[in-house]
Amino acid sequence: MAATMELGSETDPRNATFSISDEDHTLGNSLRFVLNKDPRVAFCGYSVPHPSETRINVRVQTTGVPARDVLKDALNDLMAMNQHVSTTFNRAVETFKANQGVNELSMKSGVTSQHSGSVKKP
Amino acid sequence: MADASSGEHEPELPPHLELQRTRVVCAPDAPSYTESVQYSGAYMAYGVDNSLRIEDFCKNLRVEIISMNEEDIEFDIVGIDAAIANAFRRILIAEVPTMAIEKVYIANNTSVIQDEVLAHRLGLLPIKADPRLFDYKSEEENANEKNTIVFKIDVVCTRKGERVLNSSVTSDQMKWLPEGSEMPFNTMTKFTSFGSSQKNLPGLPAEGISCQYPDIIVAKLRPGQAIELEGHAIKGSGNIHAKWSPVATARYRMLPEVNLMEDIQGKLAEELVQKCPTGVFDIEDVGTVKKAIVARPRNCTLCRECVRGTDWDKRVQLTRVKDHFIFTIESTGALRPEVLFTEAIKILNEKCHRIITELS
Ligand code: SF4
Repeated sequence: MAATMELGSETDPRNATFSISDEDHTLGNSLRFVLNKDPRVAFCGYSVPHPSETRINVRVQTTGVPARDVLKDALNDLMAMNQHVSTTFNRAVETFKANQGVNELSMKSGVTSQHSGSVKKP
Repeated sequence: MADASSGEHEPELPPHLELQRTRVVCAPDAPSYTESVQYSGAYMAYGVDNSLRIEDFCKNLRVEIISMNEEDIEFDIVGIDAAIANAFRRILIAEVPTMAIEKVYIANNTSVIQDEVLAHRLGLLPIKADPRLFDYKSEEENANEKNTIVFKIDVVCTRKGERVLNSSVTSDQMKWLPEGSEMPFNTMTKFTSFGSSQKNLPGLPAEGISCQYPDIIVAKLRPGQAIELEGHAIKGSGNIHAKWSPVATARYRMLPEVNLMEDIQGKLAEELVQKCPTGVFDIEDVGTVKKAIVARPRNCTLCRECVRGTDWDKRVQLTRVKDHFIFTIESTGALRPEVLFTEAIKILNEKCHRIITELS
């Protein structure tokens, strides 16, 4: 069985259910969020058909564009969001380390030479 | 739908809907408006666009590190939906891989602790090795230097005069075998086939591989008892077994907000300060009157003590900000907590990527 299947009608690509294997609420819920935020989506929901099977069904109904395209856009959007979270987070970590280095130096100045930037256990 | 670029200011939601959209309101009996309004057309009637554009997301996202050390990190992440924050949390707990002992070959165990219990305890020891240096090992594959870490425990408890030596077996007695299994060959089994020593693995710290904490008690022995075994650690993730989970916990809470709906003065102010067990409120002297103020809303644990009692729910309103998460990650030690978070994001990205490829 294919890992991701599109189940829908051949004549109407606007409405489809995507059956995705090896995924759970982690992706299902995030995907539903991104899809629902897309103005082209009329309805979106997901379900876990059976708790001991790692598979989710994502239902997408759109206002005109093929559901498959909308789903792909949603996945790309989610990746873009992730990327941005990652850079923002790393920048925040750098800022924190820099500030901590300064604090440590000012606290310990003259006592021991501290390796600034390193993070000490409290 | 209203056009934002037309120069007019953007339409706004009436205050009660804005409250429902952005806050969870915690009344004395139950919280309300707990769901996040996701549908893009939810506020169409007011001309308010509830869709999400990536540019807006990027503009509004804020991350601030509150505290960080080798094991723990606490940070605020603002401008993200619970769906995404929860995905990160779930991935941290169940999908970021680590190394853990999976197979235990016991040559001798005369302690009171049974073989299977001992094996289980060994599995739970956090191992200080960067899992990114190793490959997953499939059932058919041979154990080699890229997918298996071998540890040995060989301890005999003896009596020396009044003293008993090795009465407890601790995790620092677990010795790393960089050359692979040393199990005696007369068992006719070859447990590992290492091509080269793990000491030469690029990226490995100079002190080698060991248990993260040296003082975990694995078993207790009495004189004459002994344990001799080998533990083989492989790469895995928390959704197979919790021993592979890289975090003690990963959790978030929404930012608490405490609003005073009216001026609270005098005796009532003192009562309010008394009510709160975490010291959220302070008293401010304004001229001769004592006035209650919200000094430390972040401390609020939502115990709702301050809204209990007659009329108190009219004076104090407890809310939580729906898109402001106070995220805490406690690492078990293999990777630093901030690295774990970046890894979690990568895993979510890989999931998306996989499905895009399969759809094309
Ligand atoms: S809910 Fe509890 S912790 Fe929060 S402000 Fe009220 S009394 Fe204090």
